[in-house]
Amino acid sequence: MITIFGICASSLVGLGLYGLIVHPSPLRKILSFNVLGCGIFLLLGTIARRGADAGLGGDPVPQALVITGIVVAFSATALALMLARSLNDEDDQ
Amino acid sequence: MNASALLILSITLPIIGMVLIIPFGGRWARNIATAVLILNLGVAALITAVIQCKRQAIVYASGGWAPPLGIQLRADGLSAVMLLTTALIALAAAVYAPREFSSGAETRKSLTFWTLLAGVCAAMNTIFLGNDFFNLYVALELLTFAAVPLVCMSGGKATLEAALRYLLFALSGSALYLLGVALLYGACGTLDIGGISSVAQPGPTLWAAIALMTIGLAAKTALFPLHLWLPPAHAGAPPVASALLSALVVKGSFFLAVRLWFDAVPGLIGAQAGQILGIMGTGAIVAGGVMALRQERLKLLIAYSTVAQIGYLFLMFPMMGQPEALPGGMFQAVSHAFAKAAMFMAAGLMAEAAGSDRLDCLRGVGRTMPLTACAFILAALSLTGIPPTGGFAAKWLLLSAAFSSGQWWWALAIFAGGLLAGGYMFRALSPVISNVTQPAVKISRTQELAILALAICALLPGIFPQKPLELLSIGRPKFEEARP
Repeated sequence: MITIFGICASSLVGLGLYGLIVHPSPLRKILSFNVLGCGIFLLLGTIARRGADAGLGGDPVPQALVITGIVVAFSATALALMLARSLNDEDDQ
Repeated sequence: MNASALLILSITLPIIGMVLIIPFGGRWARNIATAVLILNLGVAALITAVIQCKRQAIVYASGGWAPPLGIQLRADGLSAVMLLTTALIALAAAVYAPREFSSGAETRKSLTFWTLLAGVCAAMNTIFLGNDFFNLYVALELLTFAAVPLVCMSGGKATLEAALRYLLFALSGSALYLLGVALLYGACGTLDIGGISSVAQPGPTLWAAIALMTIGLAAKTALFPLHLWLPPAHAGAPPVASALLSALVVKGSFFLAVRLWFDAVPGLIGAQAGQILGIMGTGAIVAGGVMALRQERLKLLIAYSTVAQIGYLFLMFPMMGQPEALPGGMFQAVSHAFAKAAMFMAAGLMAEAAGSDRLDCLRGVGRTMPLTACAFILAALSLTGIPPTGGFAAKWLLLSAAFSSGQWWWALAIFAGGLLAGGYMFRALSPVISNVTQPAVKISRTQELAILALAICALLPGIFPQKPLELLSIGRPKFEEARP
């Protein structure tokens, strides 16, 4: 099970990175960044499961990292979208 | 008072300032930010004094929980030097900025600028004091979020494009860094720098983690060939924002790379990996220098010179084993920070007087503002590496590390970089000090004095190298042992 999750995580990271490099449009780049982020969070979840002590579902530290990471990625996405929108407004004028 | 409380103050003071600015509004923003930055300089000086007297690092375990359970803050010699540099430059920016960002009326511009200035300061302090790689990730993101809006403060399509491009580079960089952190945790089971250095075993997971983190940090530091975002972002921002971005913000991610390579996993990275960073640094020195020579606009020239000077920072990685390498890199970081801040602010004043920052419009502008021109020349000398400036001391230390490690090829890069820097600085200086009479302009003495103070700070490490060298070695046992 852990292997499957690990493979999923690395494919998401690969897809996100590919999109981030290849797509020229800002919106697609922002979405790719989020795919990449999801891959990293899934990897952290996998690491938490792998490092679980006996009787526990998972190591709590990576889970805490995921929560913080999601907050940071959310604010980053908001800032990037805001910039992309202002740029779009400038183009319309 | 307990010395470890200083570490908390250093992080919380600028954040308290940010929080206060929002309810009090743009009219009060300048006073609040300036007061906070003065206090911040005091705290940085106290931290340095305590470290200097006790000859050991200050450690604070948050909530009384020691690692691996809790998160530690730690100030050693490296942190102290960088804290002082940041505090001085941020304060100089606060002295320089009011004419542009504080008209006395309630404006969005003044509200955002002063909040972001305090934000940059808070993020930098957290980076210098953090001792946990995930904590440092959050600090790095805080720095990005404070820096990106600074790029597009003057509005307009070009700066928005530059800001978005910067943000996308920075986000890819931090995503790669976070991926590395995840792998590092998987390999070591801890993210505390001290903990990692005691449990890390060389192996593919650790190498992948270090490679990912280093690439991410290199993208944020604008190391060649990931430097494409830097020139438009730094050249398009208002002068004081360019100064902050070029002098401080790029040093944050560089400092993390130093923590990773020199503190967390010293000796676990093969010599070839360091050579790669050295080659990228050499590429930066050459490409940045050549591009700077070709620029027609002063601010773009200075921005490309930042690309070149960042290259020197990464020349210390291939010579990690030498005792001179780390101080050489840190001297370069500090003297470049002061010189570049002075240079961008001086360029701002000169462009304002001449009406444009095109090199051919700047003819004779130095004659109307001799203090600014003098500061610009001092900063240029430091960047070129002429004795007795800080830039000279840095390049001297790096050269001696190159020769004593037998890697003479880095010396060639340093010499070539010096020649190129001499060339582009001459291009910038020759119109400024040329003998053409310009109409006299009204200039603000306080702004000129702030610039001059920064330029003089860039000289100090070259004139008194002993004190900072001693300070840098405190709290770093391996470095002490390595010294002859």
